[in-house]
Order: sequence, then structure tokens, then C-alpha cells
Amino acid sequence: MAASSKPGSPRPPPSSSSSMAQDLFNNFSFSKTLKLKTKQQELLIRVTVLTLIYILAFITRLFSVLRYESMIHEFDPYFNYRTTLYLTKNGFAEFWNWFDSESWYPLGRIIGGTLYPGLMLTAAALYWVLRFLRFAVHIREVCVLTAPFFASNTTLVAYFFGKEIWDSGAGIVAAALIAICPGYISRSVAGSYDNEGVAIFALLLTFYLFVKAVNTGSLAWALASAFGYFYMVSAWGGYVFIINLVPLYVLVLLVTGRYSLRLYVAYNCMYVVGMLLAMQIRFVGFQHVQSGEHMAAMGVFFLLQVFFFLDWVRHLLSDAKLFEAFLRITVTGAVSVGAIALGVGTASGYISPWTGRFYSLLDPTYAKDHIPIIASVSEHQPTAWSSFMFDFHILLILFPAGLYFCFKRLSDATIFIVMYGLTSMYFAGVMVRLILVATPAVCLISAIAVSATVKNLTRLVRSQSQAVQSGSSKGASTAKSSSKGVIDNSQPFQRNGAILLLLGAFYLLTRYAIHCTWVTSEAYSSPSIVLAARGAHGNRVIFDDYREAYFWLRQNTPPDAKVMSWWDYGYQITAMGNRTVIVDNNTWNNTHIATVGRAMSSYEDEAYEIMRSLDVDYVLVVFGGVTGYSSDDINKFLWMVRIGGGVFPVIKEPDYLVNGEYRVDKGAAPKMLNCLMYKLSYYRFGELTTEYGKPPGFDRARGVEIGNKDIKLEYLEEAFTTQNWIVRIYKVKPPKNRW
Amino acid sequence: IDLTSHIIKVYLTLKVENLGTSPASEVHLAFSPAEAEHLAIVKAAATSGKRKKKTYIPLDVKSAELPDGPNGTKFFTVTLLTPLNKGETATLEVLYILTHSLEPFPVEITQSESQLVYFRDSAILLSPYHVKEQTTFIKTPSTRVESFTVVDPAKRAGTELKYGPYEDQPPYSYSPVLVHFENNNPFAVVEELEREIEISHWGNVQVTERYRLVHAGARHKGAFSRVEYQTRPDATGVSSFKHLLAKLPPRVHSVYYRDEIGNVSTSNLRTDYRKSELEFQPRYPLFGGWKSTFVIGYGLPLQDFLFESPDGRRYLNFTFGCPLTQTVVDKLILKVVLPEGSKDPTAVIPFQVDQHLEIKYSYLDVIGRTVVVLEKSNVVPEHNVPFQVYYTFNPIFMLAEPLMLSIAIFLFFVASVSYLHADLSIRK
Repeated sequence: MAASSKPGSPRPPPSSSSSMAQDLFNNFSFSKTLKLKTKQQELLIRVTVLTLIYILAFITRLFSVLRYESMIHEFDPYFNYRTTLYLTKNGFAEFWNWFDSESWYPLGRIIGGTLYPGLMLTAAALYWVLRFLRFAVHIREVCVLTAPFFASNTTLVAYFFGKEIWDSGAGIVAAALIAICPGYISRSVAGSYDNEGVAIFALLLTFYLFVKAVNTGSLAWALASAFGYFYMVSAWGGYVFIINLVPLYVLVLLVTGRYSLRLYVAYNCMYVVGMLLAMQIRFVGFQHVQSGEHMAAMGVFFLLQVFFFLDWVRHLLSDAKLFEAFLRITVTGAVSVGAIALGVGTASGYISPWTGRFYSLLDPTYAKDHIPIIASVSEHQPTAWSSFMFDFHILLILFPAGLYFCFKRLSDATIFIVMYGLTSMYFAGVMVRLILVATPAVCLISAIAVSATVKNLTRLVRSQSQAVQSGSSKGASTAKSSSKGVIDNSQPFQRNGAILLLLGAFYLLTRYAIHCTWVTSEAYSSPSIVLAARGAHGNRVIFDDYREAYFWLRQNTPPDAKVMSWWDYGYQITAMGNRTVIVDNNTWNNTHIATVGRAMSSYEDEAYEIMRSLDVDYVLVVFGGVTGYSSDDINKFLWMVRIGGGVFPVIKEPDYLVNGEYRVDKGAAPKMLNCLMYKLSYYRFGELTTEYGKPPGFDRARGVEIGNKDIKLEYLEEAFTTQNWIVRIYKVKPPKNRW
Repeated sequence: IDLTSHIIKVYLTLKVENLGTSPASEVHLAFSPAEAEHLAIVKAAATSGKRKKKTYIPLDVKSAELPDGPNGTKFFTVTLLTPLNKGETATLEVLYILTHSLEPFPVEITQSESQLVYFRDSAILLSPYHVKEQTTFIKTPSTRVESFTVVDPAKRAGTELKYGPYEDQPPYSYSPVLVHFENNNPFAVVEELEREIEISHWGNVQVTERYRLVHAGARHKGAFSRVEYQTRPDATGVSSFKHLLAKLPPRVHSVYYRDEIGNVSTSNLRTDYRKSELEFQPRYPLFGGWKSTFVIGYGLPLQDFLFESPDGRRYLNFTFGCPLTQTVVDKLILKVVLPEGSKDPTAVIPFQVDQHLEIKYSYLDVIGRTVVVLEKSNVVPEHNVPFQVYYTFNPIFMLAEPLMLSIAIFLFFVASVSYLHADLSIRK
């Protein structure tokens, strides 16, 4: 019965519930006229709901296009966009062998060997397919819409995954939850053309296919999951999570005595084929056999062989005692061989130790002490409690409930999702950006909670009402309609309680949908290139200074000009300004970044020497003193000092602080008031009155009057300053004639 | 000679008399090689009547070769309405426009200086004929004139320089003069403008204009100070410009203004029933030598521009030239994209342009659309005259693309249905 299956199946978020209701209505009329079979009706509803969720996932991510325009967001996406453009223009071979001389001047960067090409190839493939079908789209539009498209696909995977671990109802709820979950939307709005956009799809797909392979023991599914893994490796560095979680899962199954031939087939096939495929990505190369992060997978692989071998021996040996002795010998032998191999490999340098990023994942305090460049990125900070609430909302409450249901009905699949959920939640706590990885697990587990609860409740409601009005089962379709017809009831409290709880669940899900939509439209749809503010009369003021500056660079500087800026803006300058940069967001060379940090924090004459040695023609700084834009270079300056000081001990952080306090007004440290960054930011700012009733040179971002208003530049000259002063570009003067 | 903007307009009022014996039907105009190179347009009209009741009858102007011209002189021939007999006189009004003829000096200026330019010409009209009496007036944009060559009699009053009257000059006399004066008008030059006019018989004409704009005045030197530019707008950067005005046809819709890196939000559209004006700012103010590229696009209702000619062909009636006011276009490429399936395009333009055909593939095109490409260099606002492109088109082609889409969707449903009903498993 189509109708009765409805409450058990999923209630997609209320934003689509009206259309859902309409579909249901349509379905009634359909079923009356066409006399569809129950199974067909159910299929029809499921397909319709899934289609609606698919569309919803796509359109909810279009807020950014509506609010702003179809543009690439943030920092890294600009690099991805630039490489995609190169790929579509020059073809794959050129792309793969691309040596980019426009970044990391004078070192350059081998693009093909230092990126995950999955995203670019995906977008280029989409572009070529569309072109072939004669859709004259621009590559930018394809890039902008890649993330929403893959988010839509993720909902489908979530459906199948949910179906695999629980039932199709949970699948549909999972699809609906993940379609609008802010944790995922934050990285997949239109324009957010980043690796994560496709990687979450690949991640979930790999997991789903692997679980399917474990459940069925089918070689085909295992192979499919290997290919899913390959796609994931090609798309994002987060594949390390898969290659560690899957072995961990296998290990747990072994320990809990759930070892089966299905598991053996699934893991071996997935690991071997996946590893071989992953080696084809140049950036990954031989890491699967050489890097400490991948050793767990290999260890589990061998362990599985030993396990299988032992199983086989036990099968042959009938004597239990003999087997026990054999077991002891084999296990000790295997463990010692493994330990020796690992020890020798590590000692000889064949197996590289864990990288700093990996350490910082396991230990949240590691980066702070050892790698300032990782710690300086805001998305690498430990997650605040509020951002969990912000990104997950009710899922945070549903998650433990879902875990309870999972433990109640333990199976290979639920063990997997529980492990995925728990580990990723830990990582989400360590780093803000990893909330993204946790989101699918949280959605799936919460979906189990919602689905199981609603199903139980409706069963309760339905069994009662059916007893009363046995004939018209269709009237009992929803809790509401059935509540009227019932007068006499054996367990009135239970039934009413169930209805109440259903309404409560409905209310919660409504709140969730409202929250998600609000978050998406308000928080996650800003491109961060264009800043919008409310004017005095409530009108929308747009600060388009970044693009103004980049476009100025693009048009009015020599094509081979080298631009020095803090690394945050490197990708944008190369992509939008089309000029060579010294450092960019691919922070592969810490010394180079430290050199720039040193130049920024030195006196002008010292900095001039450094800039001459780096061939710098222009210096770009971001300054928010006029508009009150707080993420500018002065506020990032301490990180420049720290990173610069980490390599060059001449730069000492206390020189820039007064009693451990960072300030830019009259009381600031003398070195601070005369360093290059300060001078470039505040050059001639002392003449400007920014706010009525305040002295000239009042810095609105920090709310103080600046300390050094009389700034003279000797080796640089102002080349361009944008309308709202957000970006200031200086030209490095050529050296003076000596005589 | 009007020097108020960077487009130099020269108005000649000629009173010609036939001193020969045979009737003359043509009058030759001579231009020095430097002028000829920068000459954008020459128009001539015969005038009759007095002062207020003056009527202008446009005359035919052709470029011509004369054997006896001194080194490199170029000629244009004006065909008179009626041949002049011996002793008869006629009055001609000739307008010609020169571009790129003001040479900035000093070549580089700082933000606080204003722009000074040289203008070179001859005090005496270059002419293959004997000139009885001639006076030259030069109008400058401001009273600030640094220097000018004195060829007696010459005098200066306000914004006007007067050379002459000179009497009885032999043919091809030349007396170079140099005027050095202030001109702070925007020297907006579009180095290349590509206009693409795409006709859709579903009711829309989509125009896309790709500009490569440059400030062709004195180059900017030294620092650009935003403080100065913001606080003292009158004293600094006087030769720079930040506003541009485009005159678009009426009933224009969905106008956009963007460049390679995205939408530019600083634009303003005013529409009324006669015309639309798009006022926009480039991302940054343009100083001398600074460049900017951008795209303007808009849609227009089809019925305003597409007509059916009596012989059953269709024709597009559109304005040639650049919609920006007061700009010179060095190279204008005008592409008319005809709907898929249209045939035999011919273009009718009142002046000489280079033409060729291209094929363009747009949405859902199978055989591609015919594109009529018209190219012309040195285009000034006076070239904004209507031109026509005629072609034949069978309306049945309009249905091709919707049909393709419907068939594709239909096939998709058929595939789904057959998938649901088919049992693809190998095992039974």
C-alpha cells in the first residue's frame, strides 16, 4: 500500500513537503485510475521523492549564484579553475606535464605532479560532454555547478547506502538529510569549485560499494569499490581516511569474530586493485607502499592472509591442540616478521614517517607547536562546539539515537557506519574543515534514527486505526487523518503518545530544514571575493575591490611582472590577475613563504634587499582599515612574523608586541610601526578621515587611531589602491643609479 | 577645425567655381599622407539657400587617384549634383573626421598634471586647385593654449584660433602649423570591438559586445594615489575618466556588463521609449595608457529589427558602429549570427567594409549557424548608421531544436520503461 508505506518512509524536509504532498495526492488519483500494483506504487513514490531530493540538493546550493553571480569562490577554487581552463585549452597531455612558471617564482611548480586531478578532469569531462551534445556552455559555468551536481549525486549514493545498511526508508531519509545538511553545503555551494565537492561523493561511493561488497562477497562490487577508491584518490588527499578506516573496520570485524570469506574477497580485491590504480596518480605515486600513513592497510592485508591461512589449516587439522600450537607459532612469526619489516623499512628510510598533517590530525595540539603554517589556517583550527550545532543542528541529537539503533541491530554494515561515524566525529572535532567528512556518516546514522522511530510509531498508530476502520486502509495514510476516526481504543495513551511523538519528529525536521536553508543563504553562500554589506539606508553595498585590483594587475602591468603578497592571495592573483606570484596557497615550500614573511616584517631597506633578490616588481597587501574588513594582512601579520621567524631567527615575535599585546596605535612596538607591512598598509592613511567624529587615520577594522601617520616610502611607490582601499598595490622602484 | 575632443572634426565650406572651359562634375579633395592615414570618414553635402533655410543634399564621395599629386597625397572625389559649367559656382560642405591626430606632449604625465597635446596641420588648405581666399578657425577645448605657430595673419581669441585670411594660394601649398594646447577630454579608444548580433526567430536579438578599451592620451607616470584622487577630484587625474556612456536601442532588456573575471557591478541603465542609456564604470578609473576589457550584452525584441522584404527574404536592420559615445574604434568586427538553416546572406552597408562568412555552433546546433562578419577599422560615432543583412529562412527550422529535445526526453522515458520491464539478470 503506497499510502501506508509513506509515514514509515521518510519525510523529506518540509521545504519539499508540499510538493511531496502533491505527489502523494497525484499518486492517489493515479492509483485509482491506473490501478497500479502496490510495488509499483511504492517504486513510483520512491523515484519521485528521490528525484525531488536530487533537484532540491542542487537548487539549494544556488543561493550564491542568486545572491551574487556565477563565479568561483574563495581561494583554492581559483587554482582549480585555472588548471581546468588550462586542461580544456591544451588537452590532457599538456596538463599532465605542465610546469607552471607563474607561481612560486623563481622555483616554479610542476602542476601535473603536485595536484589531485580528479576535480579538473571531472569538470573538463562534463564540459566536453556538454559541448558534444551542443550545449554551448562556458567552462566557468561547468566549474561553478560541478559541486552542486555532485552534491545531488551524493544524495543518491546516500540513499543506496542507507538502503544497504538499514532499509530503503532510512535511505530516503538519509538522502533528504544530506541534501540540505549545512556541514556539506559549506563546501559544495555553486562556485565552491574545490576538491571536496567531488571527493565527498567519491568517499561515500567507495564506502557504499565496499559495504555492498562485504555484504554480498561479490568480486564485482569489490572491484567497483576499488574504482571508487581510485576516483577518490584522484580527487582529494582525504583518501587517506579511507585507506585507514577500511583496514580498521576489517580489523574490528576480525576481532569481533565476524570474519567471513565475503570480507576476505572484498578487502583483498579492493585493496590490491585500489592500490595499483592509485599509484597511477603522480602526486600519490608509491606512497601506498612507502608511506607510514598507508602501512595500516598493508598490515591488515597481510593479517588477512594469515587469518585465511590459519582458517584453512584449522580446516585441515582436526586436532585442536595441534592447531593451537601452530596458531601460536604462526602468529608470533607473522607479527615479528611484520614488525621487523616495518622497523627496517622505517630505519632505512624506505617507509617515510608520518607527515605533520597526519600527526596534527591525531593530536590537535601538534600543529600549534610544530607547524605554524598549518596552524595559521582558520579552517585547521579545532572545532568550536557552536559550529557543530551550526552545521548539524538536530542531527547532533539524532546521531547518538542512531548509534543506539545500530547497536541494537548489529551487522557488518552497521558496524561500518558506526565506525565511520565515530572516527570522523573525532576528526571533525580536531579540525573544522573535517566536519565535512563526518557529515555523510552523521546524516546516515541520524536517518536510521528518524526512520526507525517514525516507522515504529506509525506501525503503532496504524495497527490501532486499522482495527477500527478495517475497510478503508487508505484513509489511515497519515497520522492526522486517522486520528479523527478513532473513538474507542484499547491503548489510548500509547496511540496518542505516538501521534504526539510523530508530530514532534515532524516539528524537529521542519526546524532542521528551516535552519539549513537559513544557514545556506546567510552563511555559506558568500564568495568571499565580493564582499557585501548593508548601507546606512539598508541598501546593499558591494565591495568588489579584490577583482578591481586583480583586473588592474591583469591589464596594466607588464605580463612578466612578479607580484609579492602573502600566500593567501597567490591563487587569486595567478588566476584573476594572470601574473606571476612568489608564494601561493599550495604551501609546499615553507622557506619561501618564510622569506616573504620576513620581507613583510622587516624594515623597508632590508625588505628591499629581499625583494630585489626575488625579482619582485609589485607588492600587494590587503587592508581593511577603511571599510572595517577584519581579515586583512595586518590581522594576519603575526602569522607572517611567526612563520618568518620559524626559518629566520632574525625575526622575533616579541619585537612586534608590547607586553604580549598586539597593537597598531601609538603604543605599538617601534619595529611594528616601521616594518614593511605596516608602512604599506597605512601609507597616506593618516590623511584620510574614515569615520565622522574620529581623527584622521582612524582604523575601522581595529578601532584605533594609527600610531605612525607620517609614512614615507623610499624604495616603493603606490601603484594602485582600490576604491575602498581593501587592496593596495605598490611598485618596487628599480635601484637608483649609483653615480 | 574642432579640437574639443580627441575626435577631430574638420568642417570645410568650399565655394567652388569652374574656371575651365568644359563642365566639371567632380571636385577633388586632397589630404596629406598623415591625415589620410587617420581619416575616418569624409562626408560632403551641397548646400543651397541662405543661412536658416539652408538645405543639405548629401553627395557621393569616393577615393580617387590623381596623377599629378605631390608625394603621397591622397585624393577624394566629390561628385556634384549637376556639373558646373564655366563660370558657375557651387557651395559644398565637407566634413571629415580625423582620429589619433592629437599627440600628447609631454608624453608622460603624473596624476596632478593635466594633459597637453600637439595638433599638426596646415594653415593653408591642401588643395589641387587654386585657392582664392581661405580662413582657418581652430577651436580648442579650453583657453589654455601653450603655443601655436604664427603664420601671419593669425590671432587667438578665447578658445578660438584664427588663421587667415590667406589669399591667392597656388595649388598644393602647405604651411605647417603646430598647436600645443590642453585637452583633458577622455581619450577613450577601443582598440578592438567585436559585436555579435545573434538572431533568434523565437523573438530575440542578442547582442554581445566585447571591448578592449584603452586611454590613448598621455601616459600615466609615477604613483597613483587614491587619497589624492578621492579627496581632490578636480585637481588630480583630470585627464582620466571613469564613466562611459553607451547608447543602446530602446526596449533593451537583460543588459549585463562583465569582464573575464566576473560581473562588474557599477553600471546604471536608463530606459525610455526612444533610447536606452547605459552608464557604466570600468573597474578602476582609466589613466593614460591604462587598459580595460569588458563585455556588454543585451537582448532586444526581434520585431524592432527584423523585417520581411517584399521579395520574401528577411532582413535585419541594425546600427553599425560603436554604441559608446565619443570613442574611436580602431578595429570593429561585426558578426551577424543568422539562425540555423538560413541561406544566401547579403549585407548592405553604406560604406566600404571587409566581409566574409563563418560558421558558429551554438546551443543544439547540428549544421551550425551562418555568420556574416563585417570588419572595418577606424570607426567613429559618425559611422552609426543603419545597415541591413538579407537572408532567406524557412520557419520550419525553428522547430528543429525543440523537436530534438522532446525526442531525447521521450527516448529517455522509453529506456526507463523498458529497463523496468526487462529482466536483465543472467540467473533465473
